[in-house]
Amino acid sequence: MGGLTRTLAAARTRLKPAQRPWEEPLGIRLLLIGIAILFLGVFLVLPLAVVLTQALRKGLDAYLEGIGSPDSLAAIRLTLTVAAIAVPLNTIFGLATAWAIAKFEFWGKSLLTTIVDLPFSVSPVISGLIYVLLFGANGWFGPFLEAHGIRVIFTVTGLVIATIFVTLPFVARELIPLMQDQGTDEEEAAVLLGASGWQTFFRVTLPNVKWALLYGVLLCNARAMGEFGAVSVVSGHIRGVTNTMPLQVEILYNEYNYVGAFAVASLLAGLALVTLVLKTLLEWRFRSDRFDSAES
Amino acid sequence: MPIAIQGLTKRFGPVFALDGIELEVPDRAFVALLGPSGSGKTTLLRIIAGLERADAGQILVDGSDIAAVPPRQRRIGFVFQHYALFRHMTVFGNIAFGLQVRPGATRPPKAEIQRRVEELLALVRLPGLGRRYPRQLSGGQRQRVALARALAIEPKLLLLDEPFGALDAKVRKELRVWLRELHDRTGLTSLFVTHDQEEALELADQVVVLRDGRIEQQGDPAALVDRPATAFVSSFLGDVNRLPCTVAGANMVEVAGLRLPADTRGLAPGSRAIADIRPRAIRLLPAGTPLSSRGGDGLVAGTARRVLHSATTVTVEAETPLSPDPIRIEADRHAPDLPAVSAGDPVMLHLPAPFVFAAER
Repeated sequence: MGGLTRTLAAARTRLKPAQRPWEEPLGIRLLLIGIAILFLGVFLVLPLAVVLTQALRKGLDAYLEGIGSPDSLAAIRLTLTVAAIAVPLNTIFGLATAWAIAKFEFWGKSLLTTIVDLPFSVSPVISGLIYVLLFGANGWFGPFLEAHGIRVIFTVTGLVIATIFVTLPFVARELIPLMQDQGTDEEEAAVLLGASGWQTFFRVTLPNVKWALLYGVLLCNARAMGEFGAVSVVSGHIRGVTNTMPLQVEILYNEYNYVGAFAVASLLAGLALVTLVLKTLLEWRFRSDRFDSAES
Repeated sequence: MPIAIQGLTKRFGPVFALDGIELEVPDRAFVALLGPSGSGKTTLLRIIAGLERADAGQILVDGSDIAAVPPRQRRIGFVFQHYALFRHMTVFGNIAFGLQVRPGATRPPKAEIQRRVEELLALVRLPGLGRRYPRQLSGGQRQRVALARALAIEPKLLLLDEPFGALDAKVRKELRVWLRELHDRTGLTSLFVTHDQEEALELADQVVVLRDGRIEQQGDPAALVDRPATAFVSSFLGDVNRLPCTVAGANMVEVAGLRLPADTRGLAPGSRAIADIRPRAIRLLPAGTPLSSRGGDGLVAGTARRVLHSATTVTVEAETPLSPDPIRIEADRHAPDLPAVSAGDPVMLHLPAPFVFAAER
């Protein structure tokens, strides 16, 4: 007995805390960490820094002028408008879809689940082209719409439609797995206690997914504001009218107005950073929600 | 309130979950729906609550058909197997929910809700826990909150789906006693689903044994234990030694030459049958007990193969001429006339009248 204790104690002293058997030697650890940091630096931090330095290259006045030009301001307004329409619509759609898929059994459910993901697998440029083919002057519904005085392509309407398509899955994708995980017991309990459908939804279902919902809305918003491909096809690049921020960045860049281009780009980069911070905060909350559901 | 279930049938695709269920539950009764998984007991409960729709048949609560009543208006208290407490609400919020969602005119004022919830918390012995969240409670506490929540709406019926299924053995026993007391106090007609025969027999006034969507037998616990109607009920209610036998005459069966008196339920003499004998019903006698020459006294000699000891019982597995498998005998360890037996010893068994069923399946 005493012998065993001594052996164990000896074994413990031989292993220095810095070199437990499952750890790599210091040199290798530093090398691996270094590579990771270098990689992150070159591919993520450096571009961000370049955007900012380029934008501020000619001083703060030039930067503000780049943002404050009428075309840029119009682009910022338009981007906010498009997001303000597309994000709420997709939030409602995402909630409705996730609710239907997670809480009910119906024919064609797996098909619906697949279709919700479609915008993720289709290249945004193709999505844009689809709408040109549908609503363009020579498209399927083009002549009909034209006859009734409605124009979709090269208008704000087209931008909104394309953005909705591209950002469609974000909210639903966040909610479906969580809602499926939570099951329908609580809803059934609510109904048997006398709650109506809306009461069940607003008092039981919605509070149970609120963090995941916010997370989905956040991602949806980031994509709605940043979308380039689909929007580019349907926009027609009419300055001050159908140019969103990403399109404005491209135009300014092609005109060699680097300060202007990077100034607008810095706003988009800022949006990305804010999204990232909020996302991290939400993930932290969200995880404790998941933990609860796993526990009870 | 009394419930009458008539011809209730429910199919899931080609499978009958319930097949012509006929059941009468008197007012203030405490009924157990007992059966193995897949026997349809939970489906029956869910149809009564309105969470599933029956394909045929009627459910009359207090004499009126409830098929047309939407579940939210049935006023049925339901305790889910995993409680289904609202995880984002406090215990108070959970219990108050059923009162808060009432339409404006019938909703009690805040102070009244507060008073009701506190009353219920006291009833389920959780005073002062109103501000906790479900995740901060133990399993037994959650179960009692679920019960308080179901009682808050002053239900006509209380339905409980495997109420003790998710609890450990000790808490389970305590809650059983407590639930029975609560029922006796409130007098609320209650149905609970369980697959645990001990729980059903101990708790209920009336036990309904289900199998493959049909009722095998219903009755009070003593009737079920003393007179099982089918071989399934006999083996589901507890351990049995199942021996092949032949009907020897009116109320007499023969097991490998040994004649035993038994209720043969009108089976024709000479027909093959099975005889079920509970391990507890067999008496262990000293090896030297003389066999009577004419038989019919239920004595058979054998050899003990295994002897297992527990705090209260001695279990002996004995080889006898009666069956290829050893016969299991369970004896009270403190019985004064229990002979000392160890593996390999010769033993003498005294068999009681067995339950006899037609040999089928």
